[in-house]
Amino acid sequence: MIYIVDYGLGNLSSIKNMFKHIGIRDVKITSDKNELVKADKIILPGVGAFDNGMQHLKEYDLIDVLNKKALVEKVPFLGICLGMQLMTRGSEEGKEKGLAWFEAETKKFELPKGYKVPHMGWNYVKAKKNIKSFLIRDIKYRFYFVHSYYVQCDKDEDVLFETEYGNKFHSAIQKDNIIGMQFHPEKSLNFGMDILQQFAKL
Amino acid sequence: MALKRIMPCLLLQDKRLVKTVQFKNPAYIGDPINAVKIYNDKEVDELVILDISATKLNKSIDFDLLKDFAAECFMPLAYGGGVRSVDDFQKLFTLGIEKVVVNSLLIDKPDIVKEAAEKYGNQSVLASIDIKKSISGEYEVFSHSKREIQFSFRGYIDYVISLNVGEIMITSVDQEGTWNGYDTELIKIVNDLVDVPIIANGGCGTQQDIRDILYKTDIQAAAIGSMAVYQKKDMGVLIRFPKRNQIIKDE
Repeated sequence: MIYIVDYGLGNLSSIKNMFKHIGIRDVKITSDKNELVKADKIILPGVGAFDNGMQHLKEYDLIDVLNKKALVEKVPFLGICLGMQLMTRGSEEGKEKGLAWFEAETKKFELPKGYKVPHMGWNYVKAKKNIKSFLIRDIKYRFYFVHSYYVQCDKDEDVLFETEYGNKFHSAIQKDNIIGMQFHPEKSLNFGMDILQQFAKL
Repeated sequence: MALKRIMPCLLLQDKRLVKTVQFKNPAYIGDPINAVKIYNDKEVDELVILDISATKLNKSIDFDLLKDFAAECFMPLAYGGGVRSVDDFQKLFTLGIEKVVVNSLLIDKPDIVKEAAEKYGNQSVLASIDIKKSISGEYEVFSHSKREIQFSFRGYIDYVISLNVGEIMITSVDQEGTWNGYDTELIKIVNDLVDVPIIANGGCGTQQDIRDILYKTDIQAAAIGSMAVYQKKDMGVLIRFPKRNQIIKDE
């Protein structure tokens, strides 16, 4: 069973709808830590401000169970958008400490003239390392982004995809079983379906 | 830069897709859910859907239909029509809608627009502005409620920007549904006035029209109406969408 973590931030049904569309029905949305214990795979979505995200995880008392699933049991774990950013040590957007699963920071865009924040719309990704999962089968794979902050990893080896928007940033990251994606696969047509399909098969 | 976007702009009336000409004579197109399934396969960048019955008849938003629609829509979705409160924004976002389109609300309840932009981020608030040429050829703001709008064309653009919207869709009422091409001059003027992204709408009839508006004015997005629902001008219904690589060459 894939569990989508509901911690009171943003729309979760889009992810579930896309899984349903690609024929994966063992998907549940939950905010209950006792349910999450049973998860084979976990998706941490989220939109909005970093501190608000961490505070919600605390309010829902989810941090211990998420740490256990990601770091001890090592179930496949996908963070999307803010869910990815929460996996870093912290963000320039706020004061809260992140989950710190990655040696990485979440930073504010500082962009050349003419580039707007948020980075909103479709963009390409470039795969940075050879991995067994999350193959980008075609360089024309594009994904939908909406974000004002981006993730920067300390180590190149944790970088899965890079995207160029004014400067290059890390648009997907991976460390063992833990994956983060800045873009929204659930809004990215067949390209996103392929990503979620690959995640479901991990 | 984020990639340039091309999007169908669809009109809903009483749960059915329709298409107008210069905002008049809505003609029946088909079932919206079927259409969105086709657009998924055609890899459209984004979808705008406007419920013209919700605005005109002062009806409430058809959340049931939108729920079914959003459940089949695997690209970013913008919805407009009958939005009157911050709570409406919230409900629409919960359904999986990315952006809420506001038009009459910009004049009727500007505070709601501002509050929603503040609360949900202005990238999720899309202002739709309809412009019509007067008899003397001046651009004027078109009002759906037949109410006098106290602003000049340029004054209205400034006013809408002051509400902190994240994006603007400019529709030329004169061109809408005509297949005669976008009003390039209009789009150029607005693009010089604002910093937010602009979606050009109204009049697109060929792939060359899309290329022209995206590259001659340097805007990021173009909406297509008739071209996305008819085979050709004065021909039958066909849900279709041009191939991205036939229009956008330089990515």
